[in-house]
Amino acid sequence: MSAATATVTPTTGADDVRIPLRGHLRHTGALIRRNLLWIRQDPESMFDALLMPVVFTLLFVYVFGGSIGQALGGGQGKYVQYVIPGMIAMMSMTLSQGVGTGFSQDFSSGVMDRFRSLPIGRGSVLFAKIAVELLRMLFATAILMVVAVLVGFHISSWPGLFATVGLAALFASSIMWVFLTLGVVLKSAQSVQAMGFLVLFPLQFGSSIFAPPKSMPNWLQHFTDYNPLSTLADAARGLMTGGPVAHPVWVTLGWSVAITAVMAPVAIHKFRTKS
Amino acid sequence: MTRIDDNPAGGRSAVTVRGLVKHYGETKALDGVDLDVRVGTVMGVLGPNGAGKTTLVRILSTLLAPDAGQATVAGYDVVRQPRQLRRVIGLTGQYASVDEKLPGWENLYMIGRLLDLSRKDARTRADELLERFSLTEAAKRPASTYSGGMRRRLDLAASMIGRPAVLYLDEPTTGLDPRTRNEVWDEVKAMVGEGVTVLLTTQYMEEAEQLASELTVVDRGKVIANGAIEELKAKVGGRTLRVRPVDALQLQPLAQMLDELGITGLATTTVDTESGTLLVPILSDEQLTAVVGAVTARGITISSITTELPSLDEVFLSLTGHRAGAPQDTTPSESREEVVAV
Repeated sequence: MSAATATVTPTTGADDVRIPLRGHLRHTGALIRRNLLWIRQDPESMFDALLMPVVFTLLFVYVFGGSIGQALGGGQGKYVQYVIPGMIAMMSMTLSQGVGTGFSQDFSSGVMDRFRSLPIGRGSVLFAKIAVELLRMLFATAILMVVAVLVGFHISSWPGLFATVGLAALFASSIMWVFLTLGVVLKSAQSVQAMGFLVLFPLQFGSSIFAPPKSMPNWLQHFTDYNPLSTLADAARGLMTGGPVAHPVWVTLGWSVAITAVMAPVAIHKFRTKS
Repeated sequence: MTRIDDNPAGGRSAVTVRGLVKHYGETKALDGVDLDVRVGTVMGVLGPNGAGKTTLVRILSTLLAPDAGQATVAGYDVVRQPRQLRRVIGLTGQYASVDEKLPGWENLYMIGRLLDLSRKDARTRADELLERFSLTEAAKRPASTYSGGMRRRLDLAASMIGRPAVLYLDEPTTGLDPRTRNEVWDEVKAMVGEGVTVLLTTQYMEEAEQLASELTVVDRGKVIANGAIEELKAKVGGRTLRVRPVDALQLQPLAQMLDELGITGLATTTVDTESGTLLVPILSDEQLTAVVGAVTARGITISSITTELPSLDEVFLSLTGHRAGAPQDTTPSESREEVVAV
């Protein structure tokens, strides 16, 4: 059988160590396929993306909607307009976590050693994870919008919705580099999740996502002012339902670029040197 | 193989290791290891847990950077030319594994794509290798549903996709039952027959004897012996004959008789009362025949005679004078080569 002769034609010359862009795309594509097959094999892993938008929307709209809506000078309907764009920001953060947990599993199972012994760019593994998590996020956002419309949300600008999704995806991908780094550095998937929880909760609730910060104490308002989740939520509100746009969009873009610029090299370096 | 021959630095040695050192804090995983694997041969690296075998394989597959020393594979330096090196190696081991959640076929297809095969070639190669390793039936099932033997075969198939010039097998049969182990051995032998150079790490003398032509014995990060397997076996002192009389009361007299006749090897005969057998060290086939003759002459009925290879422990004992590192490695003699079954 010809299957396993030891002859192999070199595809790159002896001096050519750089992987061409096409190669990177091919490798990332193969790894995206792998992560999508995971979902097919284990559909339950989509439950969070499917249920979170439903549960949180119903909870916030029907539990807090009445009273916060009153404070906003309207009723529950007013709160729906307020909170739905915020939910997009919240989900971008919460779902980003998954990228880190799946990652440490790959390390403990030995799959990662196989990848790292193959002639592929180390970034491919990370990019593929991010791409698949972004797809999950898009799916969750679609569910969220369906639920939103059912509870009475009114989108005043469709291009604004798409711009919001793009901005949220950009911000989420920057956060994913943080979780990828945790996934590489921390020993177990559980610790990634625990760490993630500790970071997520203060950021999500100390923001303008669920309630306007006006009634919060001064020190907390300072925090929410600089919290990228606030600016993302504010940008989403401006884009989807009308209101100031430029400032929150720029601040969110700034955060995304800054976090990526710092954390992507860190994640790739940690990944490369992990033994 | 063309890869190796094409490379001027490669020469006839597929793997060259010189003074390799890797420390983890106080632990010296590798403490100056030298090793040469000639093209087209199987080098067995034998040692107990913690001897540094896996560290060696991880360095040679660029997963780990050495602290000092040099290593080249197919002429490529592990530190300076990791990308080229990764293109010519295959890795199957305790740690490098397939993706359990993916079906067998998808695992192979993915690795084909990661090795820059076209979609069509990756598909063909996956089909081909599944067929070759008798996994076609299970192609669509997730690897998590595979038996231990099927898993290892898929591991082997995965490491063969790139038609590697050098294949690392890191304890390929640890944890497998004897039948499955034989299956894996057959596959490895077939691959070797096709000209792959193999570096095999193992804890079992028998595995080394089955697969390797040369052997390097390592202990606590150091090479304590190396050479052709026959030489080392001679050094270690041949085989052990296990004789089981039908009547256990015959054990002691039989042992005494054999020692008195002086037809045993270097050591004296020992009685294993637990299994009701007698362990007779022998050096040659003549001694084996003499033992059988003496037993028959005495009119003692025996239910079986088997020869066994020395265990890792016995190898260590005779090479170093001390027992192998960790206590869990005191595996009993591995081989059961039936010569007489009465």
